[in-house]
Amino acid sequence: MSSLTMTDEQTSAIRAKVIQPVWVRVMHWTNAVAMILMILSGWQIYNASPLFGFSFPREYTLGGWLGGGLLWHFAAMWLLMVNGLAYLVTGFATGRFRKKLLPITPSGVLHDVRAALTFKLGHDDLTVYNYVQRLLYAGIIVVGVLIVLSGLSMWKPVQLYYLVKLFGDYPTARYVHFFCMAAICAFLVVHVLLAFLVPKSLRAMIIGR
Amino acid sequence: MAKRSFLISGVDKRLLIKDSLKTMPDLTRRRFIAGGASLGALTLLTGCDVVDSSSAEEMLKSVSKFNDAVQAFIFNPDALAPTFPESAITKPFPFNAYYDLDDAPDVDGADWKLEVRGLVDNKKSWTLPELYKLPQVTQITRHICVEGWSAIGSWTGTSLRDFLKLVGADTRAKYVWFQCADKDGYNSPLDMRTALHPQTQMTFKYANEILPRAYGFPMKIRVPTKLGFKNPKYVVSMEVTNDYKGGYWEDQGYNSFSGS
Repeated sequence: MSSLTMTDEQTSAIRAKVIQPVWVRVMHWTNAVAMILMILSGWQIYNASPLFGFSFPREYTLGGWLGGGLLWHFAAMWLLMVNGLAYLVTGFATGRFRKKLLPITPSGVLHDVRAALTFKLGHDDLTVYNYVQRLLYAGIIVVGVLIVLSGLSMWKPVQLYYLVKLFGDYPTARYVHFFCMAAICAFLVVHVLLAFLVPKSLRAMIIGR
Repeated sequence: MAKRSFLISGVDKRLLIKDSLKTMPDLTRRRFIAGGASLGALTLLTGCDVVDSSSAEEMLKSVSKFNDAVQAFIFNPDALAPTFPESAITKPFPFNAYYDLDDAPDVDGADWKLEVRGLVDNKKSWTLPELYKLPQVTQITRHICVEGWSAIGSWTGTSLRDFLKLVGADTRAKYVWFQCADKDGYNSPLDMRTALHPQTQMTFKYANEILPRAYGFPMKIRVPTKLGFKNPKYVVSMEVTNDYKGGYWEDQGYNSFSGS
């Protein structure tokens, strides 16, 4: 019996060290690949009929021409949607979202933003997200949902007309889709930068500890 | 500035040519994956070697076929494309093609006949005056281009479903395949369920005027539940068939169902 108890303690001691469980890591990197494919092919599609007075440089687009970009976009969307849906379900079901991302209080956010800007924000305990992280991670999940919904509206504006109505009309859904992409790119820059500034957080997302 | 996006792109000639060039698949499109393959992340996607562009292309083609099936599955034959008031019509409605307006087919309406082939009881060809006698309805719907821009237009013509019944078409067949007067043989297959959709129309008029050359004189197939390239202009024949005969853009990689 005693050996069994020991084993349990050892196990929980190891468990306690795990910052990012396996499912989070697998889904995180799957999402990273899917997002990059969606963004680069999306830029190719954007270039066919730009919404604004600029195009994305050809070197940063995927597919070679509009048809190729569309093929990539409508292939990678399955990876993004299936993985994203699994992430949302698991995040809610395991209580991870509630435990890790809530609460988000304005005073907490203000305090941590100030601390971050003066480089006083500690990263000693990676299992607890600070308020800046909570806000950004929760925010990017909302943006992720919006970009999928606006994308579906553009893909199936007749069959999913109620989704289009949610955004107003088809052209508006295009703008929403674009600005969500811009928000994700901005997030990506900050996210990657911080991962390199706090390398142990990157390590945790790779090996879990 | 905001209006610049799709209104003028189809009107301003210089922009138009620029757009057309962009839409034109480049000669190296067979290797279209190669351009993106240098991005190391791609190797993570599948077990196959994406640097070998043909295997990536095969993978993408199978996913596109899978997407055809998914779209056919979620296609609701009774779901109508939204219609708009006349005030919503985009003016001027963009001319759009992979060639300049001067190179658009110039069909002589007096000589033109619509050829009807394949699995139909009555294979007679139809002249324009004969077709104009059929009942017509007007629809104001949104045309959505594969490029992303869209424009609202007013199209008048005969329900394709009614015409197919009139000629005794076998509506259990899989496709209605359209051929056009374009010199390089524009064509496009339409799945039968979409062909029978209540809004799918043999269009003879735009904005209550006889269809101008820019919009496909003498006949266009207006399919508000499909992307623009599946709305063939300058149509010369329709064939009811069970064979997938491919299409001008479909063969180059645009998704074949491309439904809205």
